[in-house]
Amino acid sequence: MAPILEVRNLRVEFPTRRGTLVALDDVSFDIAPGEVLGVVGESGAGKSMTGAAIIGLLEPPGRIASGQVLLAGKRIDNLGYEQMRRIRGREIGAIFQDPLTTLNPLYTVGRQLVETIQTHLGLNDAEARRRAIGWLEMVGIPAASQRVDSYPHEFSGGMRQRVVIALALCAEPKLIVADEPTTALDVSIQAQVIALLKGLARDKGTAMMLVTHDMGVIAETADRVAVMYAGRIAEIGPVREVVKHPKHPYSVGLMASIPPLDRRVEHLAQIDGAMPRLSAIPPGCAFNPRCPEVFGRCRVERPDLLDAGATRAACWLYDPASEKRAPEAMRHG
Amino acid sequence: MFAFIISRILQAIPVMAAVALISFAMFAYVGDPVSIMLGQDFTEAQRQALVASLGLDQPFFVQFAKFVANAAQGEFGLSYRLSRPVAELIAERAPATLELAFCAAVIAMCVGVPMGVYTGLYRNSWLSRFFLTFSLVGVSLPTFLIGILLILVFSVWLGWLPSFGRGDVVQLGWWSTGFLTVSGLKALILPSITLGLFQLTLIMRLVRAEMLEVLRTDYIKFARARGLPNRAVHFGHALKNTLVPVITIAGLQLGGIIAFAIVTETVFQWPGMGLLFIQSVGAADIPVMAAYLMLIALVFVVINLVVDLLYYLVDPRLRVDRAAAKGA
Repeated sequence: MAPILEVRNLRVEFPTRRGTLVALDDVSFDIAPGEVLGVVGESGAGKSMTGAAIIGLLEPPGRIASGQVLLAGKRIDNLGYEQMRRIRGREIGAIFQDPLTTLNPLYTVGRQLVETIQTHLGLNDAEARRRAIGWLEMVGIPAASQRVDSYPHEFSGGMRQRVVIALALCAEPKLIVADEPTTALDVSIQAQVIALLKGLARDKGTAMMLVTHDMGVIAETADRVAVMYAGRIAEIGPVREVVKHPKHPYSVGLMASIPPLDRRVEHLAQIDGAMPRLSAIPPGCAFNPRCPEVFGRCRVERPDLLDAGATRAACWLYDPASEKRAPEAMRHG
Repeated sequence: MFAFIISRILQAIPVMAAVALISFAMFAYVGDPVSIMLGQDFTEAQRQALVASLGLDQPFFVQFAKFVANAAQGEFGLSYRLSRPVAELIAERAPATLELAFCAAVIAMCVGVPMGVYTGLYRNSWLSRFFLTFSLVGVSLPTFLIGILLILVFSVWLGWLPSFGRGDVVQLGWWSTGFLTVSGLKALILPSITLGLFQLTLIMRLVRAEMLEVLRTDYIKFARARGLPNRAVHFGHALKNTLVPVITIAGLQLGGIIAFAIVTETVFQWPGMGLLFIQSVGAADIPVMAAYLMLIALVFVVINLVVDLLYYLVDPRLRVDRAAAKGA
């Protein structure tokens, strides 16, 4: 099936007084209809930036310097604001991190739903309101026909995120960009919201890009995972492979840092060092100063995504021409 | 809601009582009305008679109680200067000041808010920079200078608009209005611009700062992500969220416009309460000064009440917090 979203060699730059910062570099991935792509990585790795670039809402002065974004085969990265506006909400829905701040406090949730529905679907007031109530029911708001006239502050955090999901889905977009949709929620609510999001996406055949740093959410929800590091994709592949048999040394460290539940540990595993700032990305592979497997080539040349068994990893260990090969354990997991 | 209004009115009572005390204290400490009224040539018997007729020989608290009781009925006695009831003088002058203040406030809001929105949205356009520079002038130039400059340009050089007075007024009951005649309207233009300019620039800068703040919020980003048209995002979602502070300041400014129209009224010889007040100060006409003080206090109290009620209209969170607080 043709992918619903294709991102091709996307490069996002921030021109600053002290030179141009490259926030995203050569990012490429596809999402098929109905597929959930998880995007993980540390803060500042470019996860949210990728989402913002796709929906055309990069914070100025950030801009797409090169590369393409295709939605259902049509380029959308070069559209004007007004053309892109018609796509946002209609073709691509967005969900943000903090449901406490994403809803306008001065309008009822019903009004915000109705205005979104009417903007994209051009229905009359009564019909739009009927749909708004329908959507609130669909996202599991009890007594939706009364709650439709409530203000956001009259809902709990989890309920507000349900409203946000309804708002993102109410024009039935083909793609959802969910930026840390559960990070701000109580752990007990997170699973419910993820299950709801996944269920609705499956029912409507909506593809989803799920940005998170919660590996548990990824493991439960995503079909494929992209691991990002310093503005590039370090590894991308089926979720099971990336979680169980990570190939890139960074993914290996990331997965190892998930605390085990079945035994006591003295120290939590961590990757030494910190991700470089955008202004100080080292030559070669951006991960080389922290990489336990680093060798000569890593400090000079920047690796592209290479086939590494079931996944693709941006690591010279998987280039047959390299002088060093991946350790046995990493090759087979 | 009703309970809220009652509680605010009860809170206003001590405020008004304090202002009444200050007003009343003026009678005792500012000048000696008896000697002013008697002039140069009088006998001790005449003085005694006047003191008794004015009730000045009675104890302080009796005098104060009388003053408050009379003030509550709008009765402030006779003007020393004009020997006419103060209430009548003020009623005569109030329409001029209120009409002027109304026009100034309308100009300040209708021009200040759009300019604030524009400069907030298009921060770097040359027009925004021009507005900001212009607003600095408005904030820093004193009112009397602006008034005099406007008179110089539009009255003296161009001769388009009158330099003083209200023009022809039409009497509607006790209210004299300048809105119904051409000369009355023309006469309003320069003073209301003079009076409103400072407020205009203040409101513009406030709206701009609030807009910049609100445009950074998540719900504005989310409104854009939902694909709402710019007009809905800017005016429906952003502007409405800036209103609470804007209403607060605009309300206080409206009180200020009414209370401190004195300078503008003096420059334009506008026959309003401010001019009456300044003439009364010159003549130590204490009943008029006391009444003016009380009236202005009342204006501020009423405006604050209205501002509080407007909050409730604008921000649903306040409505619920109160209900929840009551339930708890």
